Amino acid sequence: MNSKSLYQEVILDHNKKPRNYGTLDKASHHAVGHNPLCGDHLDIELNLEGDRIDNIAFHGESCAICKASASMMTTAVKGKARSDAETLIKEFREMATGTLNLSEDHHLGRLTVFAGVRDLPTRVKCAILPWHTLHAALNSVTTTSTEAEDDPMHAAIGDA
Amino acid sequence: MKLIDSALKPEFTSMFDVEHIRADFPILKLQVEGKPLVYLDNAASSQMPQQVIDRLVRYQTSEHANINRGVHYLSETATAEYEGSRRKLQHFINAREDREVIFTSGTTDSINLVMHGYGRKYIRAGDEIILTTLEHHSNIVPWQMLAEEKGAKIRVVPISDAGELLVDEYKKLFNARTKFVGVMHVSNALGTVNPVKEMIAFAHSRGVPVLVDGAQGAPHMAVDVQDLDCDFYAFSGHKLCGPTGIGVLYGKAELLERMQPFKGGGDMILSVTFEKTTYNSIPHKFEAGTPPIAAAIGLGAAVDYLSAIGLDTISAYELKLLNYATEQISNLPGVRIIGTAARKTAVISFVMEGVHPHDIGTLLNHEGVAVRTGHHCVQPVMLRLKVPATTRASFAFYNTMAEVDTFISGIRTVQKVFT
Repeated sequence: MNSKSLYQEVILDHNKKPRNYGTLDKASHHAVGHNPLCGDHLDIELNLEGDRIDNIAFHGESCAICKASASMMTTAVKGKARSDAETLIKEFREMATGTLNLSEDHHLGRLTVFAGVRDLPTRVKCAILPWHTLHAALNSVTTTSTEAEDDPMHAAIGDA
Repeated sequence: MKLIDSALKPEFTSMFDVEHIRADFPILKLQVEGKPLVYLDNAASSQMPQQVIDRLVRYQTSEHANINRGVHYLSETATAEYEGSRRKLQHFINAREDREVIFTSGTTDSINLVMHGYGRKYIRAGDEIILTTLEHHSNIVPWQMLAEEKGAKIRVVPISDAGELLVDEYKKLFNARTKFVGVMHVSNALGTVNPVKEMIAFAHSRGVPVLVDGAQGAPHMAVDVQDLDCDFYAFSGHKLCGPTGIGVLYGKAELLERMQPFKGGGDMILSVTFEKTTYNSIPHKFEAGTPPIAAAIGLGAAVDYLSAIGLDTISAYELKLLNYATEQISNLPGVRIIGTAARKTAVISFVMEGVHPHDIGTLLNHEGVAVRTGHHCVQPVMLRLKVPATTRASFAFYNTMAEVDTFISGIRTVQKVFT
């Protein structure tokens, strides 16, 4: 993995034309995620109908890796059951930190384009921030951060 | 006294020969992602020439022992070399006396020493401390901690859109409650060279002492603390081709003598009983515990190395690099330089339309180019200039015009990826 091959077509495309970008009229849950190391922040709003993520949107200021990750995340979890979203969150975190064996069964599908971040330690948090923020929103935590006690790198994986 | 150890002299004669200089720096031969390293993160930390590496090896292989207490050969040797290094630093900044040079762990430690040693003794409730918008967090946070503890107030000198201090506004901030000024010599994020001499003279006309954060000044220009007339000057070894973990606080002897110690422990005392401790004289009063002896001696070798080239020669060459890089980057569409002061060191901070600095940094790394991205520990500057983050290329005297070209073509590559 080199630093350039992370910037694949699909990631560049989602950065340029992010899906589900903006705000929702009706949202049951929301959270703001911060990466204080770079000043990036991301707002995620979602609407749960029963146990299903009926709608989701995000907006914020971030790098291409973070924005593409958020965009692809929203398309992946939209319409899914909350528990399925939590499974994806867990698997994505494991993939980004290099603890997931991609040759074994997983549910990440196209999200594996982000697997390369595991070799770029300074960029892991960029990719994880949206997932970390989604996890917070689903658990009714309104602000979260990639640092200190909220650090997703140190958070117990699958602690939902 | 012999100032320059001839063995430490860079191997060149009259003209500035950058290829000759580069041969002294083993790390510059490195390949990154299959490309030759282009190291443009010198404002964060500079690289070390073989002469300094060799000096550290020599110390560690034949001179090391603890200093100041042993009567044996090695302890006497180490003490002599450590104190010899202090004198080298004294001459490097033209301090009056060697006891005005205190070894610290770096600029941050130096500033904290002044905050604890001077600030906590002399700053009282209602007093005001003047800082500038350009300050690094390390020259903001200690003073905020002090202000909170004492009920003092921080006043901030504004900057122009070009990133220059508004000196007239600075002068207006003074009043009877003003007790201290902290100002950086050179901006780490923008490269702005501040008119510190004029600012110091004005503060002194009001009887106010001034600390200069020289972390980005000392490596790039000849510093004369007597000419500046600053009360304190703080800088780091690792931005000066020396080791990490070592830095200097220069202070006027008269002020240092009045200050209270920052850290208590061995070496900073004359006598200790449980009833009363008598402190040692300066500089030892501020050097509690075993210092980083090897790093201090390494820093002495580093300033020998820089002095042999000449700080004026270094400044002149780096200015050429700055002018060339500024001209080249100005020709790129969609790229905007942040920080366009009339007087700058060789630092170029920039933003690129539609591309986040972190993406620029990662993609430049692929070209072998090392730059810094983010807020550079100056969030107030970013806020003032309305940019969340920048990409910063910071040059040193061992960088070349060809490396500027590689950097520029790297930016073009980033632009291609993002169109």
